[in-house]
Amino acid sequence: MKRIYMDHAGTTPMRKEVLEAMLPYFTEKFGNASTVYSYGREAKATIEEAREKVARLVGADPREIFFTSGGTESDNWAIRGIAHANKDKGNHIITTSIEHHAVLHTCEDLEKEGFKVTYLPVDRYGLVKVEDVINAITDETILVTIMHANNEIGTIEPISEIGQALKKLDRKVYFHTDAVQTVGKIPVKVDELGVDLLSISAHKIYGPKGVGALYIRKGTRIKPFMTGGAQENKRRAGTENVPGIVGLGKAAELAERELEDHYKKLSHLRDKLIKGIMEKIPHVILNGHPTQRLPHNVNLCFEYIEGESLLLNLDMKGICASSGSACTSGSLEPSHVLLAIGLPHEIAHGSLRLTLGRDNTEEDVDYVLEVLPGIVEKLRQMSPLFPKEGR
Amino acid sequence: MGEIKEVYLDNSATTKVAKEAVDAMVQALTIDFGNPSSLHRKGIEAERIVSKSREALASFLGVKAREIYFTSGGTESNNLAVKGTAYARKRYGKHLITTAIEHPSVLDVFKRLEEEGFSVTYLGVDYSGHINLEELERALKPDTILVSIMYVNNEVGSIQPIEAAAEIIAKNKNTLFHVDAVQAFGKIPLIPHLKGIHLMSLSAHKIYGPKGVGALYVRDRIKIMPLFNGGGQEAGLRSGTENVPGIAGFSAASELAFKNMAAWQARMRELKERLKDRILAEIPDTVVNGPDNGAPHILNISFLGTRAEVLLHALESHGIYVSTGSACSSHKKGRSHVLAAMGKTAEEIDSALRFSFSPLLSQEDIDYTVEVLTKEVTELRKFIRR
Repeated sequence: MKRIYMDHAGTTPMRKEVLEAMLPYFTEKFGNASTVYSYGREAKATIEEAREKVARLVGADPREIFFTSGGTESDNWAIRGIAHANKDKGNHIITTSIEHHAVLHTCEDLEKEGFKVTYLPVDRYGLVKVEDVINAITDETILVTIMHANNEIGTIEPISEIGQALKKLDRKVYFHTDAVQTVGKIPVKVDELGVDLLSISAHKIYGPKGVGALYIRKGTRIKPFMTGGAQENKRRAGTENVPGIVGLGKAAELAERELEDHYKKLSHLRDKLIKGIMEKIPHVILNGHPTQRLPHNVNLCFEYIEGESLLLNLDMKGICASSGSACTSGSLEPSHVLLAIGLPHEIAHGSLRLTLGRDNTEEDVDYVLEVLPGIVEKLRQMSPLFPKEGR
Repeated sequence: MGEIKEVYLDNSATTKVAKEAVDAMVQALTIDFGNPSSLHRKGIEAERIVSKSREALASFLGVKAREIYFTSGGTESNNLAVKGTAYARKRYGKHLITTAIEHPSVLDVFKRLEEEGFSVTYLGVDYSGHINLEELERALKPDTILVSIMYVNNEVGSIQPIEAAAEIIAKNKNTLFHVDAVQAFGKIPLIPHLKGIHLMSLSAHKIYGPKGVGALYVRDRIKIMPLFNGGGQEAGLRSGTENVPGIAGFSAASELAFKNMAAWQARMRELKERLKDRILAEIPDTVVNGPDNGAPHILNISFLGTRAEVLLHALESHGIYVSTGSACSSHKKGRSHVLAAMGKTAEEIDSALRFSFSPLLSQEDIDYTVEVLTKEVTELRKFIRR
């Protein structure tokens, strides 16, 4: 059977070049980077090379890149680290209602500690308004955290506009963006975005799981999150995951080099997929912004259908897709993102996310377009809600 | 390094990943690359790797699979155990107990908790690096919510009386007991299921597994606070996409360590005894730091009249890799807090080297090390006025 993987926002298959870069660091170059003899120095030099590659990808100074265990740790560190280091300046945080749970749940947790959090609404495309951010600022605001692009519906937020507006304020408000879904997909440059902190994950850009990074602008007041040894310039303790870091570095290097081709190829496939589905299947809603959207993201709601059964049927045809974010796919609750863009519960339940990757082909898209209408039709016939024509 | 013989005697800092672990990782990095939270086939394959690894690890430890939580390594496990307990149980009290010789990933967390208003008792150790159980008993108060004691000390290899400590602590019903077993795991039999132990930290890269992955054992029905929030993975205690390849490599490495434990232990002890006996017999003014009969893989010796860093680099030029203490603190200025707590003199501390063993080493490696040490120590002592 044909196997098609279209869940690249969930995770990506690791590239061969990345694996090859990592392999020597498991065995012949296995040193602990904190040791002072040659094995350790070699490991340390390798980490610094990777740091430069990641820095280049996001337009940062290597000294502003700190390796972590992944996107979730980066988000948690950024938000908690800023909140705890700056609570003498205020206790107010601004975010949006469509963030990844690594941000949302962290903010909710800080509320229990006494911080106040504003969850900004978004419009029907999932866009946050710059003036809403500015209007929410109070004398107590210490942090704004808004994702660069949404992981479910692919909408790209106006981060650089928000960054500019925040710079005009007469007091310092730190600005963090969760760029896990945009790094390697669209240009991400910390100065253009005007952010102080930016979260990166390796396994979304054809790198390994278990490693990520946090960009921290020089001069930012932030508390360390993981404490112990003096690694990562005393800001993130724990023996460095050298092979993982090497893998992230390689993935970043390749992502930077191929960004434009990757974007062109994927956005073409995306548009073909959206157009094809909309033409072939009635009662479909495109979620997210029609143009201000990640090049690899397709998110649709099929009315009268349960997302889970759609996924299972696609899986039986060899297509790996998702109903939303992988992290929440085990739950029966409809997506908080789809509810935030104003979809009613019953429609939010019928969502399908197809996220493309570098291995996907025109044929893959054709296959999905061939298979999907039949599955949708079959499920609708079984649905008691579907208005059956001619009966 | 060309023709030079290499002898890696720093296995407590990190180890070379075993082939079995690399194979398991490569499979998970390439073929079974899915996100375990995804509902499709690729996700289910990845989820199966995670649950099989969890079951394997649990069975080696004699605990339930649901009591194992994967983390990014020993440091995170220690941070999670200590902070997670302190925050979850502060309504019962704000007193914590640990020892003066813990790893920095435990000690630093306690320092931070002190800043936040918790009070901490640091238990001392004797000349061989062991805590005193009576001191522990005296330190326990009704408002003590956590005791954290390392199983095997990473610098000197002393093994703490964990069983007896657990019995004492168990009398305090609000006190949880955390054991940092990073240096003990896979080296000596562990007893997490023992009554009175609630939390135990493990790391993969000290047992021929990959860096970037570890685990925390949390006894059933014990509630601690997560460090991270997010997707709710690991039953809500540790959010973040599971490091599937790391977990697969961890499980494969654990299997090797547990299957070979008796043989490896005997092998390492034999090598350690040989190195120790020959150094003490053949190099004058040498002192063993730590107990006579500690962990099989750690030996700490002071070469009086030398500076440890200088000796370390001299050994390195002969392809011999050792450390001056824990890798994690070797960038820091200042003396080993472990040796200081044991009452060692400044001269002993400044000249201490740690040799840590693996079963892959040979008797020739040890003899070569003694030969080089004898020569280099003699050379170095010429330049240092005592």
